[in-house]
Amino acid sequence: MDKQKFDKIKEKLQKSSVGVAGAGGLGSNAAVALARAGIGRLVLVDFDEIEESNLDRQYYFLDQVGKIKVEALKDNIKRINSAVKVEILNQKLEKGSMEQPFHDVDVVIEALDNAETKTEFVEEILLKLPDKPVVAASGVAGYGNSDRIVTKRFGALYMCYDEQAKSSEDDVLLAPRVCLMANWEADLALEIILGGDSGY
Amino acid sequence: MGIEVNGRKIDWVENETIKQLLRRMRYTFPLVVVKIDQKVIPRKDFPDVVVPDNSRVDVIHMISGG
Repeated sequence: MDKQKFDKIKEKLQKSSVGVAGAGGLGSNAAVALARAGIGRLVLVDFDEIEESNLDRQYYFLDQVGKIKVEALKDNIKRINSAVKVEILNQKLEKGSMEQPFHDVDVVIEALDNAETKTEFVEEILLKLPDKPVVAASGVAGYGNSDRIVTKRFGALYMCYDEQAKSSEDDVLLAPRVCLMANWEADLALEIILGGDSGY
Repeated sequence: MGIEVNGRKIDWVENETIKQLLRRMRYTFPLVVVKIDQKVIPRKDFPDVVVPDNSRVDVIHMISGG
C-alpha cells in the first residue's frame, strides 16, 4: 500500500463531513463505509425504528430491533471507528425544510426509499443549496445485471443509476445490490471530497 | 434549431412546455428531476416553463428503493 497517499487521504477525510438522508439500506451501509474510511464527521437523519425485516440489507443487528435507527447506527459506527463525530437527527425530512440539516456538510448523500421523497429531496437540495454536491441512487431493487449501474453527473448532482431497474414496489430489495449502491454512493462522496484519484 | 434531451438531439418546438416535452419523449415516469442547461426546474413549474431553442435538457428518473 502507498502509505504516503493513504496518510494524506486520511488527513483530508478526517477534516471532511458527509450528511446522509435516510438510515435504511443505502444510508446505514454508506455511513459505515465512510466511517471505516475515516470520515471526520457524519450527519445522519432518519425517523424510523429498526424492524426485523430490515436486517436482510441494513447495517443493524437482531438485538437492535425496536431501536431508533440513527441511534443504533451511531452505536455501530462508534464500535468501528470511535473517532468519527456522529450527529444524529431522529426526524422525518419534511418538504420545505429538507435541506436544513445539511448546510454545513461537504457532501450530501440521498439514501431515501420511495421515488416521491427521493425526487423532492434532490430537487430541494439542488434548488436551495445549489453548490452542494449531492450523491443520489436510483435503481436499487433486484439482483444481477449490476454492470448496468453507472455514475451520471448533472452539475452538482451525482447519480448512481440503473435506469432499467424496476421500482422496489415491483421487485425485491436484497443486500448485494443495495450494499453495492450504498458503497457506490460512499465511494462517489470520497471522490468528490478528495478531488478524484489524481489529487493524491 | 434543435434541443438535446438526455443526449438525444430532437427538434425544437416553439412554446413547448416541459410537461409537453416529457409527453412527446414518451417519458411516462412520474418522478423526474429536470434540468435545463444545468438549471433545476421545480416540478410544479413543468406545465409553465417553456423549453428554449438550443437548450440541453436532462431528465433524471428516480426509481423507488433504498
